[in-house]
Amino acid sequence: MSKQKIEVAEQPIAASTQKQAENSGTSHRSGGLVQNLMHGPAGRSLGLVVALVVLVLIGLITSGDRFTSSENMLVILRHASIIGVLSIGVTFVITAGGIDLSVGSVLGLTSVVGSLTAVQAAASDSTWLIMVVVSLLVGAIAGLINGVIIAYGNVVAFIATLATLVAARGLAEIISERRTLLVTNTDFTKFMRADFLGVPVLVWIFALVAAAGWFLLNRTTFGRRTVAIGGNLEASRLAGIKVKRHIVSLYVLVGVAAGIAGLMMMGRTTSGTSTHGYLYELDAIAAVVVGGTLLVGGRGTIMGTVFGVLIFSTLTNVFTQNNMDTSVQALAKGAIIVLAVLLQQRFASGKVRKAKKLPLKV
Amino acid sequence: MLKDENPRPLLDVRGLTKRFGAVQALKGVDLSVLPGEVHCVMGQNGAGKSTLIKTLSGVHQPDSGEIFWDGEKVDLSTPTAALSLGIATMYQELDVVDGLSITENIFLGHERATGGVLHVKKANAIARTLLKRLGHGSLSPSREVGTLSAANKQIVSMARALSRDTKLIIMDEPSAILDAGEVQNLFRVVRELTAQGIAVVYISHRLEEIREIGDRISVIKDGQSTANNMDVADTPKAELIRRMTGRDVSNVFPERTPISVTAPVVLEVTDLELAGHFDKLSFSVRAGEILGFAGLVGSQRSEIIETIYGARKASAGQVTVNGKRLTAGSVTSAVTAGIGLSPEERKSQGLILDEPIYKNVTLSTFERFSRTGLLDEAAERRAASEQIEALELRPADPQRPARTLSGGNQQKILLARWLVHGTKVLLLDEPTRGVDVGARAEIYTLIRRLADAGTAIIIISSEIEEVLGLSDNVLVIDNGQVLAQKTATEIDEHGVLDLVMKGSAA
Ligand SMILES: Nc1ncnc2c1ncn2[C@@H]1O[C@H](COP(=O)(O)OP(=O)(O)OP(=O)(O)O)[C@@H](O)[C@H]1O
Ligand SMILES: [Mg+2]
Repeated sequence: MSKQKIEVAEQPIAASTQKQAENSGTSHRSGGLVQNLMHGPAGRSLGLVVALVVLVLIGLITSGDRFTSSENMLVILRHASIIGVLSIGVTFVITAGGIDLSVGSVLGLTSVVGSLTAVQAAASDSTWLIMVVVSLLVGAIAGLINGVIIAYGNVVAFIATLATLVAARGLAEIISERRTLLVTNTDFTKFMRADFLGVPVLVWIFALVAAAGWFLLNRTTFGRRTVAIGGNLEASRLAGIKVKRHIVSLYVLVGVAAGIAGLMMMGRTTSGTSTHGYLYELDAIAAVVVGGTLLVGGRGTIMGTVFGVLIFSTLTNVFTQNNMDTSVQALAKGAIIVLAVLLQQRFASGKVRKAKKLPLKV
Repeated sequence: MLKDENPRPLLDVRGLTKRFGAVQALKGVDLSVLPGEVHCVMGQNGAGKSTLIKTLSGVHQPDSGEIFWDGEKVDLSTPTAALSLGIATMYQELDVVDGLSITENIFLGHERATGGVLHVKKANAIARTLLKRLGHGSLSPSREVGTLSAANKQIVSMARALSRDTKLIIMDEPSAILDAGEVQNLFRVVRELTAQGIAVVYISHRLEEIREIGDRISVIKDGQSTANNMDVADTPKAELIRRMTGRDVSNVFPERTPISVTAPVVLEVTDLELAGHFDKLSFSVRAGEILGFAGLVGSQRSEIIETIYGARKASAGQVTVNGKRLTAGSVTSAVTAGIGLSPEERKSQGLILDEPIYKNVTLSTFERFSRTGLLDEAAERRAASEQIEALELRPADPQRPARTLSGGNQQKILLARWLVHGTKVLLLDEPTRGVDVGARAEIYTLIRRLADAGTAIIIISSEIEEVLGLSDNVLVIDNGQVLAQKTATEIDEHGVLDLVMKGSAA
């Protein structure tokens, strides 16, 4: 048999091939250390840090101490907190290659249900945590509906959550009879409006959600599978991941995030209304994308999202400090989004680069 | 070794059928795999090999038929069901997630974790051991898979199969993307596995490989078993081919036509350089000449032709077609001058999977089928049909979406595209990857016929035999350097490998 003969030649061949394959693997896609760094996660967050520093400098130059005062810093953070919590949730669905347009109106719905007289009555009879549980449950159910329609009904996430965006707002209007419900439970409002170690509770909640989100995405099987599904759904399925179930749980997760944001909103405004969270989904998606999470899925960064949120809220603050028009502000926001996505395409993953390399004119 | 014991089969498949819409992909397939054997499954493109293995890995559900595992009837309703029995599969289309690291890919779906919290260090350590066992210990487990070559991605895929408690590994055309050296490495691993009693189902179109690694062979033709459990050593090649194709195919290369001394130089490459890959590369191809690039994967052969095509921007040097200089880094300039490229990674670079066959065939020429901006789809379909005929593309229906074709037939679409195009210079990167024996001979003939019609052709193939058999002249390339330029008849497979070995030792 020919087997004998070949075994002799096998070691050197294997060894040399390996060396070459390795060479081509590294030298072929990345040109040098600097570029490598820019392409890595460090490079992407570096850009965000630079953007944030530039904004702070602008604030410092235009408004001086007024801007850098610790009160103002807390204003920026408090402003960031509610959108921040939403954005952390949205980071997960976008990383998995999905999208959730309904977070803003689900936020409104949870605030309305959480502030219902019946719920508040039950809360004052026992504990204000009842309100928390109810709001989170409402968020979770909304997410469950989204997830089931998307995963099992095979409806595109964009359409499914667009439907929920409209429907949840409508439901909130029906339940609240288009009135603003006041949050009368003082234990609840006191907690939400309190400071802890000199920092508002709302900011603490954002920090905790961000930390939990970071851990979940980077250190758990759940996070790992989320990235995998966004990167290659078919491969994930073949690897034995229960893809549909996972997708449902992702939408439940973002629904719960909307519930938390709803509670924060009730605390900050001491009210629940169907108009809470209006257009927040756009701010959240913008923050996530600016942060460097790929809109096509397969790569997500919680740190990036936190930076994205901070950049937008600092921007708003700089404009407010200088009494500038909100229209100009919107214009600047738009420019930042485009810039960020352009940068992302330069630095981002092989996915984007490969697509550009296509040697065909389509 | 196995024959005298007559052991119970590990996997026993009886009368499997599967229909996709109008296509009856499997019409009754039997397969019986013994522990510790390498069982080869052979068949032409579209015969149903991948469909068979996908029903065994829980991806597709058979319409009828029975699957026995270790003597017990089983229902493989999900990939998880198959994996937990100990059936691991390396799919024909690479099934890795580019954005994740090597370790993350290996443990995808069965992560090393406690209560959902990952053990990153432990997983990396196991991954490192697995890579070493596969002869690729120098790959870092934390490297992102998207940055790996196709061959190395396959190593990851194999490491994943080994990371589970596996009794049977199914490999669907693993060698299609490997060069000679890597195939030997693969075989070393396969032998190691079978020595431990693990069974391997091995699919390949390369008969020499089957001879070398296989124990028994089963053949599928048009979704039906035509032979089962034939002994590799006792089955002559001609018989195998007959069982697969139902006719006699001579796998010989077409006769070379002597190139006339007056044939003009069509493609001239002078001092071409791509920083970090190759430099000072000069050669020329005359009308009617087939120039072969021989070498191993990673020798930068693909980079060279991609640079000629303008998909990569040359850092120095020039390319001329019929004396006219091309703009570096401009595909448009290359295409206008009459250069065509059939790329190596067809799935990502070449095919629009959801479009019908004919649109894929005419993708780079569809302007030709338009009058005043309106497309003449009927003419497009006619042109595509001609090529479908010539290449024996199956199914021969120009309307079928490219996605539903078998792997080998997808390759043929890309080849058809450039045949329709009528180029002056044709760059072919692995033109027969995954193509069956019968169609291979057709493709060789077609390539030779194009050359005879005056096309200058460059061909890259990992099968050295193919490069030598088809080309007029050969460049042996390693690490971006031309080690030798020879007439194809002057050198044999060993000569090429010797050169490459010496080159990489220096
Ligand atoms: N998902 C699908 N939908 C429709 N038809 C399909 C699908 N998958 C496979 N087929 C068809 O089933 C037949 C068998 O395909 P299969 O991929 O099993 O062939 P194969 O033997 O693996 O070929 P190759 O050697 O080219 O890989 C082909 O006619 C193919 O077009
Ligand atoms: Mg196949």
